[in-house]
Amino acid sequence: MDALSRPRLAAKARLRFDRKSSRYMLLYPERGLVLNPTAADVLQRCDGERTVGSIVEELARKYGHEPPAVEREVMSFLQTMADRGLVQAAT
Amino acid sequence: MSEPARPYTLVAELTYRCPLRCVYCSNPLDYGRHDRELDTATWLRVLREAEDLGVVQLNLTGGEPLVRDDLEALIAEARRLDLYTNLITSGIPLRRERLARFRELGLDNVQISIQDTVPAASDRIAGLRSFDRKLEIAGWVKELGFPLTLNTVLHRENLERVGEVVALAERLGADRLELANAQYVGWALTNRAALLPTRGQLDRARAVAAEARRRLRGRMEVLFVTPDYYAELPKACMDGWGRRFIVITPDGLALPCHAAHTLPGFEFDSVSERPLGAIWLDSAGFSAFRGETWMPEPCRSCDRRAIDFGGCRCQAFLLTGNPAATDPVCRLSSHHGLIETAREAAAEGRPASLVYRSLRAPAISSSAE
Repeated sequence: MDALSRPRLAAKARLRFDRKSSRYMLLYPERGLVLNPTAADVLQRCDGERTVGSIVEELARKYGHEPPAVEREVMSFLQTMADRGLVQAAT
Repeated sequence: MSEPARPYTLVAELTYRCPLRCVYCSNPLDYGRHDRELDTATWLRVLREAEDLGVVQLNLTGGEPLVRDDLEALIAEARRLDLYTNLITSGIPLRRERLARFRELGLDNVQISIQDTVPAASDRIAGLRSFDRKLEIAGWVKELGFPLTLNTVLHRENLERVGEVVALAERLGADRLELANAQYVGWALTNRAALLPTRGQLDRARAVAAEARRRLRGRMEVLFVTPDYYAELPKACMDGWGRRFIVITPDGLALPCHAAHTLPGFEFDSVSERPLGAIWLDSAGFSAFRGETWMPEPCRSCDRRAIDFGGCRCQAFLLTGNPAATDPVCRLSSHHGLIETAREAAAEGRPASLVYRSLRAPAISSSAE
């Protein structure tokens, strides 16, 4: 996963808004993750079109944080999700 | 007591009918008695009520769910409700066009069971020639763009071939591989002497699975489920009674686990008679083992009581006759000797024959000890 990767959700994973917790969930076979708002913001942008770099830019603007700090977080989150087979990087 | 947590998963057992006769089937021995299946309208209502309670995952299972001709309607409604829907199937009675239709309707995942990697051994366990057919169907699943879960139930006769199961899963492009050791309830308890592995077999298989998990990280999720009989501590069966799961039997009973209705002395309500929400929130069956007040010692004062919830109620009943006993799998249980005896018998490896799942319950009763 690098700044030029174009991440997308794995075929088995699907985002769903959960009324009970007012959070997004990432659902996949037999499991689900309740996402904090930042994680949901990242995964909603994993459409196979945007690059990691552009996701970072969008979120830095949205949250008013410095891009390098946002990039570190986004990258480490996406790598974790990729290791779990929930996000795939198409370059 | 505070209001129960929401359920996350609805397990819809659409039918007990199945072309296979697996010797470790976890359905009740007397499943033939549950012959009145819910109609489509009731299932559709149950899906809506479940979603309203908080359910986000739907497992369409059985028996063999494909024998129901209303799966299309159920999948469509589940998608409308934004449920993540998983079809759990033997694959046998499936046509490619029907599977393609499921995809259009929004089915999310297909799980196929493979009994073994050696066709003759697979067919022996399933009681039907089915192996080649299953591989063909797994191929369709991937061709049509579904994620594929492969599930293999492990036992004495196939544990040595876990490496081959992993290789088969890779070849089929599975996204998730469940290497699930048989648990000794239902038909597997009847066949325990033939199925329970030795500790050596299990340790070798676990090591193979762990290596595969590392190697396939990010590509295939590899799950290895230990048989309770070789765990020193019980598992959190169903993540705790009435905490996350609702199982609906083919004839409409709403249960905290799929064998709960085999426990004597408990009443479970039918979705034909009460709304699912009322059953979840306020019924004798779902309340029976919620929380900690029902727990005996050594559970009641145990540090792990909120981790394993006392283990499996069905196993406790099957082995001790008391559904409220500590799961005998626990080394602290006064009945733990029953588990040790079964392990010793497995180590000796006396030959035993298989009893196939059939409408007539086997002569051996369900309380094997």
